[in-house]
Amino acid sequence: MPSLGADMEEGTLIEWSVKPGDRVKRGDIVGVVRTEKADIEVEVYRDGVIEQLLAKAGDTLPVGAVLAVIREEGEAAAPAHEEIPPAPAPAAPGLTPPVARVRASPLARRVAQELGVDLSGVQGTGPHAEITQTDVLQAAEALKKAPTEKPAVPELRAGIRRAIAAAMARSNREIPHYHLETKIDLQHALKFLEAENQKRSVKDRLLSVILLIKAVARALHDVPELNAYWIDDQLQPKEAVHIGFAISLRQGGLVVPAIIDADRKNLDELMQALRDLITRARGPATKFRNHRWYRNHHELGRSRS
Amino acid sequence: MSAAQGQITYRDAIREAIREALQNDDRVFLMGEDVGRYGGCFAVSKGLLEEFGPERIRDTPMSESAFVGAGIGAALGGMRPIVEIMTVNFSLLALDQIMNNAATFLHMSGGQFNVPLVIRMATGAGRQVAAQHSHSLEGWFAFIPGIRILAPGTIEDARGMLATALEDPDPVLMFEHAGLYNMKAQLPIDSGPVDIERARVRRPGRDVTIITYGAMLWKCLDAAESLAKKGVEAEVIDLRTLRPLDDATFLESVGRTHRALVVDEGWRSGGISAEICSRIQEKAFYDLDAPVERVCGVEAPTPYPKHLEDASFPQVPTIVAAVEAMVRMHG
Repeated sequence: MPSLGADMEEGTLIEWSVKPGDRVKRGDIVGVVRTEKADIEVEVYRDGVIEQLLAKAGDTLPVGAVLAVIREEGEAAAPAHEEIPPAPAPAAPGLTPPVARVRASPLARRVAQELGVDLSGVQGTGPHAEITQTDVLQAAEALKKAPTEKPAVPELRAGIRRAIAAAMARSNREIPHYHLETKIDLQHALKFLEAENQKRSVKDRLLSVILLIKAVARALHDVPELNAYWIDDQLQPKEAVHIGFAISLRQGGLVVPAIIDADRKNLDELMQALRDLITRARGPATKFRNHRWYRNHHELGRSRS
Repeated sequence: MSAAQGQITYRDAIREAIREALQNDDRVFLMGEDVGRYGGCFAVSKGLLEEFGPERIRDTPMSESAFVGAGIGAALGGMRPIVEIMTVNFSLLALDQIMNNAATFLHMSGGQFNVPLVIRMATGAGRQVAAQHSHSLEGWFAFIPGIRILAPGTIEDARGMLATALEDPDPVLMFEHAGLYNMKAQLPIDSGPVDIERARVRRPGRDVTIITYGAMLWKCLDAAESLAKKGVEAEVIDLRTLRPLDDATFLESVGRTHRALVVDEGWRSGGISAEICSRIQEKAFYDLDAPVERVCGVEAPTPYPKHLEDASFPQVPTIVAAVEAMVRMHG
């Protein structure tokens, strides 16, 4: 289970897109993992053959847990992994797995429908926990007494809020903060942008934020002391300049992928990188690689603010 | 007879019904094995030969097929015969006459010939007469279209059903439970006819409907009494007529209690109890709060020893236990 964020402790495997025996190359997507933040595609870093899938869809596992075994070229087939759970019997093709059915008497079903009681939330008291009319009436009574609650925030969204809060709190707690303030006259910059965009087609136009990113990247290049971590009581400068960029997600929440080597990119390359990040961040499943730089944003973000 | 105290037996009630029919209608006569000089194998017709003479109380040869066939012929000829078959197992010897002739003539004659015949016979177990004389085959006969099946469980019905049956233009089979002949109850000896159409609620209740008939009625009523002490109110329905089955009465009841138990002395698989269960699920499915249950006779030849015979048929404790499981465990 890869770590897909600074505060990720566990993840849920949503699906495998490979099966044992499949040949994979570095960079291939092998599955999707749900974190508190998003559904994220997981890529592999080695070439080889999928030997065993140890986790199954729906498993929630801690970061670091083994999800699968990949046998590299020339590597002898490994003996069966010790933690392998017995492989579930393969489902007959074309058959969907049985769905757990609510066991309720016909009368209980009718009464539940009349009273608007959701049977999936009713505890049955029959010999095999079947739901009877009495159970439904009691549930309806409880429903009447309970104050009407606001609909719960969907799980994923609540998870994102929690993750953002945890990251922000950690950032404030562990990273030395400093604040700079200066006035910059943007008149020339904006005129330049206007003139530049008139020459471009709509889809190639530059956003003003590109100038800010470029300016920050150049400033960090010029003042390398600011492009650093404070770890173990000492400043640890970094060569590469990666700029985090906050993107709000459609379903709510926020991800902060990074623009790699922003100081070495020209305006067009920066714009291209930005578009790419936004497209992928708002796509159905966010790619793993982008998330690895989650922390950079907060550090750079702090230095920017 | 203890008519002086106002109490009569089930046997007395049937005898009085036969006597009344013989007095009221010259077309009525009784025939069967030993119904005359012996007074009937269960003493139902005792004294009738002396009163009405051998023309109207006729002993027959030991051939059920012959005398039931003769009864059908007499009915076709305008008489109103009452044919007695000793016990239900002997009725099998007359099954061809009953099913192929009595039940079909009206249909096969294009409505020209009806068969106004009443056949009486003793049914049921509980008297240590073992595997050949303990059957409850009325459920089998209820399978046959064209005949009406009666199962009097009370003295009032024993007294009142015959007159109504004799008025029926088509064949009626009356199954008298042999275990009830000595049962006594307060009933005016001249008590009148009763309907043979509807089931009766013999005890009202709100928690479960027990559907039964014949001698099992009394076990069910005892069970209901014992259940009431435990706070379970069972409604007990006496079917009275097994064909045509009055399902409206038990469906209405199940609509109120939401649980049904069928108690039938007959064998379980393919019995009348199965038909009742089926109608409940067909017509009252959305009223059910628990599966419909059955307590029936054990599917084996009836044993002779008392304890084994008792174990072969529904008893009060088994009925109580079945109801308790349904009511307690299903809310």
